[in-house]
Amino acid sequence: MKTVLKIAGALAIVAGLAAPAAAADKLKVGFVYVGPIGDFGYSYQHNQGRLALEKALGEKVETTYLENVPEADSERAIEQLARTGHKLIFTTSFGFMEPTLKVAKKYPNVFFEHATGYKRDKNVATYSAKFHEGRYVQGVIAGKMTKSNVIGYVASFPIPEVVSGINSFMLGAQSVNPNIKVKIVWANTWFDPGKEADAAKALLDQGADIITQHTDSPAPLQQAEARGKLAFGQASDMIRFAPKSILTSIVDHWDDYYIARTKLVLDGKWKSEDTWGGFAANMVNMAPFTNMPDDVKKMAEDTEQAIKSGKLNPFKCPVYDQEGKEVPCKGNGALSDEQVLGMNFYVKGIDDKLPK
Amino acid sequence: MDIWQAVLITVVTAATPLLIAALGELVVERAGVLNLGLEGMMAVGASCGFAAATLSGSSLVGVLAAIAAGAALSALFALLVLGLATNQVASGLALTIMGLGLSGLIGAGFVGSGREAIPPIRIPGLSDLPAVGRLVFGEDPFVYLSLALAGGILWFLSRSRAGLTLRSVGENHTSAHALGLPVIQVRLLAILFGGACAGLAGAYLSLVYTPFWSPGMTAGRGWIALALVVFASWKPLRVLFGAYLFGGATVLQLHAQAASLGFPSQVMSAFPYVATIVALVLMSLGRRKAAIAPGSLGTSFVPDR
Amino acid sequence: MRLELVPRGDVSPWARALAPVAAVVAAILIGGLVVALMGRSPLAAFQVYFVDTLSEDWGLQEMAVKATPLLIIAVGLSFCFRASLWNIGAEGQFIIGALVGGILPLYTAGTEAGAWVIPAAMVLGALGGLAYAMIPALLRVAFGVSEILTSLMLVYVADLTLDYLVRGPWKDPKGFNFPQTVNFDATLPYLAEGGRLHAGVLVGPALALLAWFVISRTLFGFGVRVAGEAPKAARFAGFSANRMVIAAFAISGAAAGLAGIVEVLGQIGQLKPGISSGYGFTAITVAFLGRLHPLGMIFGALVVALTVIGGESAQIALKLPLDLTRAFQGVLLMCVLAADALVSYRVRLVTVARA
Repeated sequence: MKTVLKIAGALAIVAGLAAPAAAADKLKVGFVYVGPIGDFGYSYQHNQGRLALEKALGEKVETTYLENVPEADSERAIEQLARTGHKLIFTTSFGFMEPTLKVAKKYPNVFFEHATGYKRDKNVATYSAKFHEGRYVQGVIAGKMTKSNVIGYVASFPIPEVVSGINSFMLGAQSVNPNIKVKIVWANTWFDPGKEADAAKALLDQGADIITQHTDSPAPLQQAEARGKLAFGQASDMIRFAPKSILTSIVDHWDDYYIARTKLVLDGKWKSEDTWGGFAANMVNMAPFTNMPDDVKKMAEDTEQAIKSGKLNPFKCPVYDQEGKEVPCKGNGALSDEQVLGMNFYVKGIDDKLPK
Repeated sequence: MDIWQAVLITVVTAATPLLIAALGELVVERAGVLNLGLEGMMAVGASCGFAAATLSGSSLVGVLAAIAAGAALSALFALLVLGLATNQVASGLALTIMGLGLSGLIGAGFVGSGREAIPPIRIPGLSDLPAVGRLVFGEDPFVYLSLALAGGILWFLSRSRAGLTLRSVGENHTSAHALGLPVIQVRLLAILFGGACAGLAGAYLSLVYTPFWSPGMTAGRGWIALALVVFASWKPLRVLFGAYLFGGATVLQLHAQAASLGFPSQVMSAFPYVATIVALVLMSLGRRKAAIAPGSLGTSFVPDR
Repeated sequence: MRLELVPRGDVSPWARALAPVAAVVAAILIGGLVVALMGRSPLAAFQVYFVDTLSEDWGLQEMAVKATPLLIIAVGLSFCFRASLWNIGAEGQFIIGALVGGILPLYTAGTEAGAWVIPAAMVLGALGGLAYAMIPALLRVAFGVSEILTSLMLVYVADLTLDYLVRGPWKDPKGFNFPQTVNFDATLPYLAEGGRLHAGVLVGPALALLAWFVISRTLFGFGVRVAGEAPKAARFAGFSANRMVIAAFAISGAAAGLAGIVEVLGQIGQLKPGISSGYGFTAITVAFLGRLHPLGMIFGALVVALTVIGGESAQIALKLPLDLTRAFQGVLLMCVLAADALVSYRVRLVTVARA
């Protein structure tokens, strides 16, 4: 009987609501995610940014998202958003770059924002975060905390973001511990909890006593906790998964950026540009430093502060490559943005080979 | 704990979900039905298992819920392929699509929460033996269950009368029916058993292997389990061998990477798949005839009265 | 209590044609109920999911684009499935086809090479897929190794091969070391203004027609049918089982490879990881949804395409979760399968066991 009533009620709603309610005065903002919002990692954090945007500007904006969009199939998904009245569209994965540009050409009055890419257009801006700043802080902590001097690194794919992360981590670790070794396992996936767990176990079995990861699930962290070893979280604060062994997490923080960019559209001041922000721009945060003695904590905080204030650049010159040759210093006292964004070499001391 | 024992324990964990799911599917296929919905049933098992365990606070309730969920989903499959004689391949694939969706809906409220893994068994004295203690006497309960399952199914298929009936139904449903064997009922039970196993395998993922839930956490393991049944030529002990071979190859390549042997990571990641093919080729070298699938596998049965 | 199926004997073509319509209606009722229970309007959902896509030029074009790789692969697979051969590795053959076919446009990008690149790439793509399908076929013929396992395992190997190439030797030198090749100059032309209907969509129906002719009008087609329905008779009639394995795998591999290069030249325009969103697997559903019949497979491919596009629309317009649209996709496919069965059989509920 209850269900019958429910259905009757639903039908009554239908009668009055056959056409979707129009909210013409609100700015429609669309988001395209490569993973599921339930990954508790990369796409989850982008979605947290969307929710923050709704909270901040809920009166003036309406947001929509598409999750788990396959990259090769994304042009249609992006266009669906453009043709349903979304005026600002964030495409949040590198693989969406060409599709975003193609759709943008067709919809010159819609503003697009593509994350982690390098091609812009009149109505396509790009944005990314300096995740490697967080990796440097992690490296400092790991260098201090390790007893075996072996760190295990669960990596996804050898793209520049991951490679610069490994290097930055290593440079941070070497700054406090010259004997440190990093062992790398490429899982060849962003998200396969079982495989990530196996990779972490393999690294622990080979003598690593701290695990760090550039894949998206909390599985490696859980393995470290189960073995009584230490680990770092990725993309979101993962402390709930390993309260006894987590040192900190690098947290992607898109809230401010999404709110700021949307405000620009509302004010009619949006223009295409490239944003690459780290600690200072509040696009990358460190979760609370836990499970470490006070002196290490202090050191981590100082390092974070130094990077934030611009006093310290993780890639300050000189940087030496694997063969010990000095890498040309094309920036101002540090490697240039282009060198970091397209990084395809390892720094000295890393015992692994990159595919050429 | 020495490294070899640690590595082997990792292999056992990697192999167990594949083994459980593949054993269930083996029974289904020996009854003549091909259920390609393993991935979907595992996903639903993982989400229901985690949800029920979290809500009730009891891992056992979680495991039972996962089994029930897998069986329920397979009942829907049975309704289609037995009740309506729909195409088994297409029905199984549709089941996978639906299962992945359902799993996401069920699990949505549990994103970002973890729990303690179901602990390994401890037998005082034995579990602490050097070299083999943890490996042989200190695994989690699922591992022993999966081994018992392999042995039980072997006995059932080769020694029991009901097993003989099941095999006859799978070999030739027309003559089995002519002999008065209840083809549809046998197949229904087999499908439900397969679904229950898939659900259990899913629970292993979300309650032991990586004790949290997230969408897509099965990551293709259902497909690998399906392939293992074929690899095993529909024999239970060979499924056991196949699952451990595949799990072993996966863990081995990760260890090889950690030891930085210098191969491209893609080559290393391809290793388990290539190794499985090579192993199958080697195993078939000794035989003259190809391994024969159950005679009625994948075909619908409609009795003419 | 049990269900009993009674064959209906002669089934009118009208019933066959109307069955899918009835299935869609049934699925809509189920889906509508769920949507209503979630407090959204089922009518609006129906409008967004089906009507909008099917009534707009843009939606129809997108459906054709999405259906194209599915149809091409399914047509090829139907030869295997008709002969009771289980090629479930079309996904791998698709990727290798895209990769081998992609060599020409990759190395001619930025040069004055003419339009010949496109047909040549398509031929190469088909050959690439064919060659890759020969691995499971030959292993089966030579060693009796099951093609189910080998073809599936080779999917992962193909995926990793593409991954290696676009991260290593083939990557765009100006691409900041991201995994992708340069953009190809040689791409298939669009057929209509405003949409993405590319010339490759013509390949699907053309192949379906060709397949229909081969299966129903040629000796080879007869052999394929006999091999599946009565293997012993086939051997008796002089059809070699081994040759049938090779031929069926060659056809399905070539079709999958062609689909791969068509997708790259028509839709994507470069090589990168993840060029397939599971087309090789979805095409298996399409093949059986269409009962391995060319016309049926066109219908099947369009239905699957509609559920993908409609699902996206429902997420956008009604903020329904992706997982709900996916579950609905499964329900819809099941309804189509069930309706098809109900056309062939009458279902009787028997409450008392037969004596």
